Amino acid sequence: MKVSRIAEILGATVVSGEELLDTEIRSACGSDMMSDVLAYCKDQGALLTGLVNPQVVRTAEMTDIHCIVFVRGKQPDECLLRLAKERSIAVLCTRLDMYRACGLLYSGGLTEGGGSPRA
Amino acid sequence: MPENLKLHYVVEEDDFTSAGAASGDVKKLLRQLGANPDVIRKVAISMYEGEINMVIHANGGVIDVEISPTRITMVLTDHGPGIPDVEAAMQEGFSTAPDRIRSLGFGAGMGLPNMKKYADTLKIDTVVGKGTTITMTVNMK
Repeated sequence: MKVSRIAEILGATVVSGEELLDTEIRSACGSDMMSDVLAYCKDQGALLTGLVNPQVVRTAEMTDIHCIVFVRGKQPDECLLRLAKERSIAVLCTRLDMYRACGLLYSGGLTEGGGSPRA
Repeated sequence: MPENLKLHYVVEEDDFTSAGAASGDVKKLLRQLGANPDVIRKVAISMYEGEINMVIHANGGVIDVEISPTRITMVLTDHGPGIPDVEAAMQEGFSTAPDRIRSLGFGAGMGLPNMKKYADTLKIDTVVGKGTTITMTVNMK
């Protein structure tokens, strides 16, 4: 699923990475706990989170996550957006809560999750 | 035979904005060197967890990375409080991190377990009151 389709399904604003809308996303995970993301997320994924700080971008960078979606209307600051831009990570914001955002993406066809541990 | 590549990083204490910069730098370099993506991912995640731990628990420290044709070696050295019970610290979910750290998305007790999971070897030398040295290696593919 392309980043543009994720934005469409979630009614999300693209706050950074307009040029990345055609990037293909293969899996997604929803978490506010970055250590869990590091433990379980697959590459080329999207991360849905309500946590807003620079370490969300760092975590995405380490795990090859290409798209961050901030839920519950959370807004990232300039510092976070700069970090994301430098790393070619798209940043989306939706007013939906985590549960509904994940549910909509899942029923929209993005069914691959972080799933089982990999090493 | 080319000489091994050696890198040295200083991890500043209590700096959550730049925590992860060293790991990001190594990741970028490995990509430029054409390393296998799985290897890059293993190095990036294990080193990043170590880097975060240094900021959380040890007032920062230093990281030395050596890249050879066969493996990547990461040595993380701090002069923090040391780990009183390494066995407990290796258990998923065991954490001594303060709430301030949890609010940043860490402190779930996954740091050392994640390092063990992603690195091919992990060695912990720790002395309570003196500090900790963690040595991790990831084999090239």
